[in-house]
This record gives sequence, C-alpha cells and structure tokens, in this order.
Amino acid sequence: MSTPTLNKSASTANQWDRVAAMDEFKQLLKAKAAFVVPATVFFIVYYFLLPISVGYFPKFMDKRVLGPVNIAYLFALSQFFVAWGIAWLYVRAARGFDGYAKRILERLGKGDK
Amino acid sequence: MFLGFILVTLGITYWAARRSSSAGAYFAANRQIKAWQNGVAVAGDYMSAASFLGIAGLIAFFGYDGFMYSVGWLVAYLTVLLVVAEPLRNAGKYTMADVLAYRLSPRPVRAMASLSTLTVSTFYMIAQMVGAGALVALLLKSSGISFRAAVIGVGVLMIVYVVFGGMIATTWVQIIKAILLMSGTILLSILVLAHFGFSFHDFFTAITKVTYHDPKGALITKDFLQPGLRFKPPYGALDLVSLGIALIFGTAGLPHILVRFYTVPDAKTARHSVVWAMVLIGTFYIMTTFLGFGAATIVGRDFIAKNGGTNMSAPLLANALAGSVFFAFICAIAFATILAVVAGLTISASTSFAHDFYTNVIHRGVERQPGEEVRVARITAFVVGAIAIIIAILLGPNANVAFLVALAFAVASSANLPVIVLSIFWKRFNTSGACWGLGIGLLSSIVLILIGPSLMGPGKFFPRPPIFPLENPGILSVPLGFLGAWLGTMLAGKEPQAEAKWTELEVRANTGLGAEQATVAH
Repeated sequence: MSTPTLNKSASTANQWDRVAAMDEFKQLLKAKAAFVVPATVFFIVYYFLLPISVGYFPKFMDKRVLGPVNIAYLFALSQFFVAWGIAWLYVRAARGFDGYAKRILERLGKGDK
Repeated sequence: MFLGFILVTLGITYWAARRSSSAGAYFAANRQIKAWQNGVAVAGDYMSAASFLGIAGLIAFFGYDGFMYSVGWLVAYLTVLLVVAEPLRNAGKYTMADVLAYRLSPRPVRAMASLSTLTVSTFYMIAQMVGAGALVALLLKSSGISFRAAVIGVGVLMIVYVVFGGMIATTWVQIIKAILLMSGTILLSILVLAHFGFSFHDFFTAITKVTYHDPKGALITKDFLQPGLRFKPPYGALDLVSLGIALIFGTAGLPHILVRFYTVPDAKTARHSVVWAMVLIGTFYIMTTFLGFGAATIVGRDFIAKNGGTNMSAPLLANALAGSVFFAFICAIAFATILAVVAGLTISASTSFAHDFYTNVIHRGVERQPGEEVRVARITAFVVGAIAIIIAILLGPNANVAFLVALAFAVASSANLPVIVLSIFWKRFNTSGACWGLGIGLLSSIVLILIGPSLMGPGKFFPRPPIFPLENPGILSVPLGFLGAWLGTMLAGKEPQAEAKWTELEVRANTGLGAEQATVAH
C-alpha cells in the first residue's frame, strides 16, 4: 500500500533511466542473479540426473536399499522435496529482493529529480 | 454429487457475470485474486484429467516409468517460480504476448504469439474433450448417455462459464475442482494404505510382485518398481530425457497457466501463488504412487484392460475399495476436472485472440468502442468451444489423443518459452528473433510429432516406420526454438527501439514500477 503511485502526467519519461542508474537497482540485479542462476542450474542438473540415470543405468537404480524400495523410487521421491526446498529458499531470498524494490520506488517517489 | 458441482459453479458464474463487465474484470478478475486462491487455481488448471486419470493409468500399467511423469510435472514449477512468474506479472497486462510486445514491434509478435497460444490451447482442449466424452459414455453406459451427448454437455457448460463468467468464474470453478480433486485423491490414498494395513513395507512388497497376462495370454509376474517397463531400448532413455525437457520448459510456456499470474495484485502475490500451487501439485503427484500402484496391485492390469483401459484405473480402484458410491464420486471428480481445465484453456485462447490478435493486430491497439475487446473474447470463447465440440465428436471416443497433450507441451516449450526468456533476459533480442523463434518452435514440434512414433508405425495414422524415433520431440525442438530465435535476431541486424526499451523492461520486471494495478470491484 505504501508503494508510491506515479502519476503519468508528471514527466516520468526517464524514470526508467533514473532507476537503472541507482546503486540499489544494480545491487538488486546482482542479488537476484546470485540466487536465481545457481538455483536454476542446480535444479535442472538434479532433475535431469533422474531420467539419465534411470534410462542409462537401470541396473544400478534398481538396487534395493530400503526393504523392497529401490534407489530409483527414492531418487524420484527426493525430487519432490528438493523442489519444495528450493522454492522455500527462494521465497526467503525474495524477501530481500522486495526490500530493494521498495527502497528504489521510495527514492523515486521522493522525486529526487 | 455431480449435479451439485454444476449447480454451484453455475451460481458462481451468475454472480461473476454481474461483475465482469470491464476488460480488467473479464480477463484478469480485477487482479484481486489472493495468493492461495490463485495457487489453488493454478494447481486446478494444471492437474488435468491427463494427470488424474492418465498418470494413475500409466503407473498401473507400467509401474515406475509412469511415476517418472509425476516428478517432471512438479519440478517444472521451479522454472515458473524462478524465471517466469514475476517478470511476467510486472511487465504484462492480459497475455504472454504483452511481455513480448513490450519492447518488440507489436503486430508481428502478437500475431505469432496468438497463433501459438491458440495452437496449444486447441490441441490440449480437444484431448480433454475426447477424454471427457469417453469417460462419461463409459460411466453412464447404462443410462443411455452417448459420447456425443457427453461431449456437447461438457462443451456447453464450459462455454457458459467462460462466456458469461470470464476469469472470475473460471478461477472459482478451478478452485472448487482442485479442492474436490485433492480430497478425492487423499481419500483414495488412505483407502489403499488401509488395504495394506497401513504398512508401507507390505505395500511396496506387493508392488514388486504384480501379476498380469501378456498379450499372448501367458501369466507373468513383474516388479513394478523396476525402471524400463515403458521406456525400452534403444530409444527409451532418450525419450525419457526428451519428455523431461518438454515438461520442465513447457509448463512455463503454457498459456492457460501464464494468464493466471495476471489475476493477482502484484509480483509478490504471483510468487506466493506459485508456492501454493507447488505444495498442492507436489502432494498430489506423490499420491499418484498410491493411486497407480494401488490400481496395479489391488485391481490388476487384466481387469482394468477389460473394463475401459488405462484411463479407468483410478475410478476402478475406487470401486474395488469402497463400492459404487465412491466410484461415482471419483468419476464426478474426474468429470469436474475436465470441465474446469477446458474452461481454463478456453479463456486463455479467447483472451489471446481478442487482446492480441483482434485489438492489437487488426486494429492496432485501438478499441473502436468501449467493451469491444471483451465482446470479441466472448464470441471467440463461443467459437473455440464449438469447434472443439465438433472436432471431438468427429474424432470419436476411441481416438488416441495422448499425442495431442505431448504436442501442446512441445509447442509451449519450443515456441513460447524461448521467446519469453530471451525477451526478458537478452538485450539484443529483436522482433525478427521472436517471430523466427515462435515459428520454428511451432513448426518443428508439429513436424516431429507428425513423423514420430505417435502417428507413424504399424496400425497408426501413417502405416510406415517412424522417421523420428522419439514420442517427445523436446530434445530436438527446444534447441531448435532457441536457435531460431537467435538466428532471427542475428539476421535482422540491431533494432534500436527494442534495445532502448530494454532498460524500461528490466526496471519494470524487477521492481514492479508501472505494473498493472489491481482495480476495485464495482
């Protein structure tokens, strides 16, 4: 609710450039990339390990480790918890991103033109 | 039970129709949907009959390999969460093309994006309608309802929801359906476990000794936890990876999922709604373990094959565990599922046609009369629904439509996703790149499915050996989509306007500055 609403009649033509030049904005992009890039790479690698290992090493994946349950099933099940874990970490990290965005909009709203 | 669902949803439609007059209300529910509501609706949009009936059936018939599908359906949401949802919400208005048109030349880009959206939605919808018709015809064999009547019934109800209720009604239909689906699945899972005395050990031991008759009539015992019952050499492993690619990159390109992020007030709510959806979808797909393996062990492959085939696994399991009332309950849920998903597809198709194609391509972004865009969307919804009814009836109840779902995911991952990602993250990206990316992604998916084993082979549509060996074209078509986008960009030379607006898009996507605001309902 505290987000400043920018009225369009005011000369906001280069508000975009002003934001882009702010240090906070650069920090925001850096912080986002620092989380999103490794997280994305990790989940893609972890996910594709499953079809690759099941497809190419079915014997190994069929090893029974927990009574009748094999590695393949446990690995597949682990995907669910890993996905939830990454989502949880992201939501936590995103609170920081929201903070940056809020500060940026506030600075812009104060109108340091 | 099922009539109750229809009555409640029609009531909601009536209520929603009275507040859906403006475009913001009709297309985006005034952007006032709460995070949990949107999350449940996303889950509802996503957990189609293909997953409820289809995956349960795949696991019942092919064991572990069926469960591989379940994993991909959830993990795919990380792409949505980390890469697509928030920038999309901040930069767009009603459709995915809004994001592309933000800095690219609007008319060609919107025309192409609209074409790809309509392709995905229509194929997906026909698959659902045929499924619904076959299901109902099977369930109500005794009551004399034919396949044709069932398809028309689904189609007409869906048209009513979308034409009159718009996004508000569609959202609530999804929410109710998702809650029904979850409760049905939980109940069924508990019954399966109860059958094994709540012993996971006994349950999994039973899975390792599933017996059925092979086509030659010999009795065989298979370990259903063992991988490789469906995806066999020489191409099985590659097909698995290719399927994974289509799921992981396709979900974030499905138009009916993407439009949902415009119904919430801001990017933060969009993010939280993805998390809600992930909790529901993950729980649901873990439970497909009990549904699928339960059907394999308790009902048995032979019985299912004789009584309606793979898609009937879950309803037959309900029948075996708790009798005909529960059977009817599960069937009603399956039917509600189809209805809701079809409604979600229709609204995304009609929004794209009205907003992208009609207003922005034909009339260059100018509404000639107030309310024209909504009126066009309503007419489109009607037409799209009618076409889907006709095609579904022509295809008939025995059409194998699984490849249509594969096709929808292939197009979403090969055409839509590359251009969305590149337009958000690549400054040099231009109009020509977007058109090439969409065009090549669309074309390569369709061609590779046409020449693949879904349509070619003994007894198939083209009775010749398949030219492309994989059922899922993702492994080739996704790189082709990206390559097309890159090539198109490079061939066309720099587009100063697109690069100038890049800063604007970057600021807007990351801070929400200038993003569409929620409107107060009147």
